Amino acid sequence: MSRPLVEVAGLSVEFPARRGVVRAVRDVGFAVHAGECLAVVGESGSGKSVTARTLLGLAGPAARVRAATLSFEGRDLRALTPREWRLLRGRRIGYVLQDALTSLDPLRRVGDEVAEPLEVHGLATAADLDDQVVALLAEVGIPDPWTRFLQYPHELSGGLRQRALIASAIAARPSLLIADEPTTALDVTVQAQVLDLLDARRRDGTGTLLISHDLAVVARLADRVSIMYAGLVVEEGPAADLLSSPAHPYTADLLAAVPSLDGPVRRPREISLAPAARSGCPYASRCALADDRCRAESPPAAPYGPGRTVRCFRPGQDPPRAPETPPVTVPVTLPVPAESPAAERAVVSVRGVTKRFRSAGGSRRTAVDEVSFELRAGEALGLVGESGSGKSTTARMVLAEFAPDAGDVLLDGEAWSGLRERDRRPRRARIQLVDQDPLSSFDPRFTVQRIIGEALPRGFTGDRGRRRVAGLLGDVGLGPEILDRLPAQLSGGQRQRVAIARALAPGPEVLVCDEPVSALDVTVQAQILALLARLRRGSGLSLLFISHDVGVVRQVCDRVAVMKDGALVEIGDVETVLRAPRAPYTRALLSAVPRLAVGRRTAVPIPVPDMDLKGPT
Amino acid sequence: MPTLARRLSRRLALTLIAMWGAATLAFAGMRLVPGDPARVIAGGVQANATPQVLDAIRDQYGLREPVLVQYGVFLGRLLRGDLGESYQLNQSVSGVILDQLGPTVALAAGASALGFSLAVGAALLTAGRPGPRVVSRALEFGSISTPNFWIGILLLAAFSFRLHWFPVIGDGGLSALVLPWVALALPIAGVLAQVTREGLERALGQPFALTARARGATEHRVRLRHALRHAALPVLTLSGWALGELLAGAVVVETVFARQGLGHVVVAAVRGRDFPVVTGVVVLSALTFSLVNTALDLLYRLVDPRMRQAAL
Amino acid sequence: MSAPAAVPYDPVRAAEARARAPRRRWPFRPGVLLAAAFLMLVCAAAAFPGLLGHAPDQVDPAAALRGPGGAHPFGTDELGRDVLARIVYGARPSLLVGAGSTLLAGLAGAVWGLAGALGGRVVGEAAMRVADVLLAFPAILMALLVVAVLGPGTRNAVLAITVALAPGFARVVRVQALVVRDSAYVRAAVNLGLSPARVLVRHIVPNVVAPLLILATVNIGTAIIAGASLSFLGLGPQPPDPEWGSMLAQARDYLDVSWTLALFPGAAITLTVMSATIAGRALQARYEGRGGG
Ligand SMILES: Nc1ncnc2c1ncn2[C@@H]1O[C@H](COP(=O)(O)OP(=O)(O)OP(=O)(O)O)[C@@H](O)[C@H]1O
Ligand code: SF4
Ligand SMILES: [Mg+2]
Repeated sequence: MSRPLVEVAGLSVEFPARRGVVRAVRDVGFAVHAGECLAVVGESGSGKSVTARTLLGLAGPAARVRAATLSFEGRDLRALTPREWRLLRGRRIGYVLQDALTSLDPLRRVGDEVAEPLEVHGLATAADLDDQVVALLAEVGIPDPWTRFLQYPHELSGGLRQRALIASAIAARPSLLIADEPTTALDVTVQAQVLDLLDARRRDGTGTLLISHDLAVVARLADRVSIMYAGLVVEEGPAADLLSSPAHPYTADLLAAVPSLDGPVRRPREISLAPAARSGCPYASRCALADDRCRAESPPAAPYGPGRTVRCFRPGQDPPRAPETPPVTVPVTLPVPAESPAAERAVVSVRGVTKRFRSAGGSRRTAVDEVSFELRAGEALGLVGESGSGKSTTARMVLAEFAPDAGDVLLDGEAWSGLRERDRRPRRARIQLVDQDPLSSFDPRFTVQRIIGEALPRGFTGDRGRRRVAGLLGDVGLGPEILDRLPAQLSGGQRQRVAIARALAPGPEVLVCDEPVSALDVTVQAQILALLARLRRGSGLSLLFISHDVGVVRQVCDRVAVMKDGALVEIGDVETVLRAPRAPYTRALLSAVPRLAVGRRTAVPIPVPDMDLKGPT
Repeated sequence: MPTLARRLSRRLALTLIAMWGAATLAFAGMRLVPGDPARVIAGGVQANATPQVLDAIRDQYGLREPVLVQYGVFLGRLLRGDLGESYQLNQSVSGVILDQLGPTVALAAGASALGFSLAVGAALLTAGRPGPRVVSRALEFGSISTPNFWIGILLLAAFSFRLHWFPVIGDGGLSALVLPWVALALPIAGVLAQVTREGLERALGQPFALTARARGATEHRVRLRHALRHAALPVLTLSGWALGELLAGAVVVETVFARQGLGHVVVAAVRGRDFPVVTGVVVLSALTFSLVNTALDLLYRLVDPRMRQAAL
Repeated sequence: MSAPAAVPYDPVRAAEARARAPRRRWPFRPGVLLAAAFLMLVCAAAAFPGLLGHAPDQVDPAAALRGPGGAHPFGTDELGRDVLARIVYGARPSLLVGAGSTLLAGLAGAVWGLAGALGGRVVGEAAMRVADVLLAFPAILMALLVVAVLGPGTRNAVLAITVALAPGFARVVRVQALVVRDSAYVRAAVNLGLSPARVLVRHIVPNVVAPLLILATVNIGTAIIAGASLSFLGLGPQPPDPEWGSMLAQARDYLDVSWTLALFPGAAITLTVMSATIAGRALQARYEGRGGG
């Protein structure tokens, strides 16, 4: 085998903190060969980005970097002067950051940004700089490159921005491309195109270091996968092998948490989400297999089959079967109306609603276009679609936050969107919201006790109220110790649970969930989805569940409605729609969803129409 | 660009409204002073205006008519560009202002040039560099907390009375302007340096700065080509405030250094209750202030392309 | 003179930062303690100026324009009055103008800004257009106009600076109130079926008032300087009452003889302003979670 492009061994990065140090990266090692893609996967804060930035010498002025080996193209990076680093950056190593809106300078033209590496490394004469940049823009599939050249980043859609960012990273033909979450903020169809673009570079011989929190994204592109947890590489190996037979319990938990479109719906066990252990195996605080030895000593990296290493004392063992979590004990809503012919009663009827907004230029944009559907008692209806397709606007009209321009919404068969707010107020308890960003939906001065207490129906005062709040917290899997905390002092998963508890407090019949898990790590996301499923089984709640992620919708919903450009293109039973989508758009959407099981080499080419030509978003 | 035109006309309308507001306030103020309005305009009891002068004033300002008509007459005269007559100085108000405009503009222009360059220089050199940052922050805090008349007095004591480097009394020469410039510029430079550095540091912490570095850009390039433009946005927003500070400071600094100028005239007019002069200066500065703010607004759009599309 | 335009401030993010900030056992730095101590001293002087024993208006021509030392630690002025006593007696008007006008302007600005944000079309628009007009010319002119109409004096100086500061506060409060009104937690409260009055009292007002208080505290220094400027120009408290600004105006005329005469009143102003600002920033840092002071 030829010499690797990048070789890292024993890399550790520390940051001084108020108390002691943050050990962001510990004893990390890997290699990337030319034409190979190594994916680094792990949850937020596991040290992925720090590792990537260290390869560019950009870990930050406070960072303390140590390594046994840190070499690139045969050169020892540990000995580089600042000037030598600069010659490497942008020229030999290209870097693509997550959010293209903030990674492209918003005050400079797209063309100038793409041209920067050519300019600073003197790789183009002033005369042909523009031509080169336009050629690059065309190369990454940006239509009408001359126009885009002169535009500013905010005038481009998310996908085009990400392409421009990639164009600038590959401008100087670097031999290594580092992509840190290159597709995280993008819609699936656009995501697929960006991944194809990276794949094309890889096939042309560029070594690729792909960083992601999403195993499914990685499955499409990676030759090798490296799983990070708490700054450590806990498992490394060939992608197909590692994904089909995970050796480390964390890898297995990650895989189980990915909602899939194929096979039976998996119900992940409710694992604890304790922070990493400080001594012994860092995963011991969460691991179902942890024993005393795990808690006492840290497992070394050990070989596991051909080309694989794993840091675990009990690699490849199946965790004990988790007992099925019992449904909610306390009835969270009114007693389930079991006798009534519940299944067919419509709790929410949306009848031909339309909403237009005035956009910046003064023109009117139709956000929701004659949408009709029914939410039946006790069912979970998913609403999927890309960003901007009108999902949230629909939700806000269902909640009667504003009135539709045409059509109406009925609640329990009675007028709802047409009422005056004063008449609506007493019935608001019947329909509640769980929002994407729970933190901003809490008054920052309120404790958890007050947040939920405020939502209780009249009569729950004093001790009775306190008991009820504690009971609700129990239902969502939280202990009473957080009652006096402020929302800012909770973790992301805890916040979303509190938000759910508050939504349940008034005893609603309908829960509207607007992207309730899209801001969470997969493992946390899986927990919240399991919680919602459990709540529903126990209480007969009806759910309107909005998500951009079809896999997530499949986890919780009975039926699904697909939206595109404000209109409903398809509605039906989840499994039916997934198996036999009728609308062409649904088909395109489904084929773009990254799948775990399917490796890159077997992936069918995706007939995605270029959805990226919307222009400014 | 239709949005630009709309924006511009909106700003100009606002300018007119501001001037109308200023004039209305001045008129209301004049009428709020107890006593015979004609005598108030003439400069109060101590001015000892003759009955003939008082009669002339009554005719000119329509003081024998109802208040609303007086208001109309007042606005009409302003609209024609007639700022009236100072009976204390025996000179037309526009004449007074024109005479005194030069020294004040020289003072303010020099001080703002000095203040802005000090601020941007300090910010560029110290942003994100812990050591120099501490020093610069202490200096800025000191200059913000110190009233400019005290700075002026200390400068006078040290450089004019002790060292005799600069003249004590402001004559026309350039050397007489140096100390006033410094006294006027320092407090403004303090605030602007803080804001500029904050803007620079915020920009340097953004992903696009990291991306620029990852392209091999030098520290210079990242600061000058990327971050500085971002820092310019809050500074532009503050420039309107800085102009107001400059005017306020000019009033005080002219007094400290016994200079001629508008500030001096205004203080004398307020003390002597010379209402025609006060009115003239108030309306004129409302105009200047609004026009400068309009220009700043356009400049802001020039620097920030994201603002160009946004309506209003 | 007016408040530099404050960035709309997000209570949610601030609370998050606050929760993340490490807790310190002793929340204040030495600088903050010094500032607090000095402020207390100034407040004591303002409240009980007589405690020192010296009279501020005792003329002694024989001892005019003495340097610091001996019976007169800060020296004497051109009439032989004790500078230290005059500084102590000058604390009251200086503080009164600084803190009084900030307080009044803060109150007026709160009502005005809330009306602007929540007053509906007519009231809200009217309130903000008036503020726009007032903000369209320099605050100093507002203050001078008020003095021209009302005449000089301590009370009028307070009013003048109040009028000059209030529109700026109103604008800040309005922006803040709009941020809160459109926040997800107000949306959540409405979805719970809370009445508008309850939402206003429980969620909107408290989240607007806290940052306003901080802004006002940080602004006291500005107001003190503005008040001192007015009296330096002879438009504030009138002689023979001592005030730091007017003391500097007298000192200006005797610079050739005694430069120390200008030293102490100026230092009193600057130190008070610094202390007020440090204290305000410490409050702000605690509130916004940037690790106490
Ligand atoms: N400049 C820095 N100063 C101090 N700590 C830092 C710094 N940069 C990163 N860290 C810490 O290092 C750890 C790893 O961070 P890193 O950004 O690499 O995580 P990540 O895996 O990329 O997470 P995400 O998925 O959220 O991007 C975190 O605890 C983070 O707080
Ligand atoms: S070492 Fe022990 S605790 Fe750590 S992952 Fe393996 S089994 Fe779990
Ligand atoms: Mg990262």
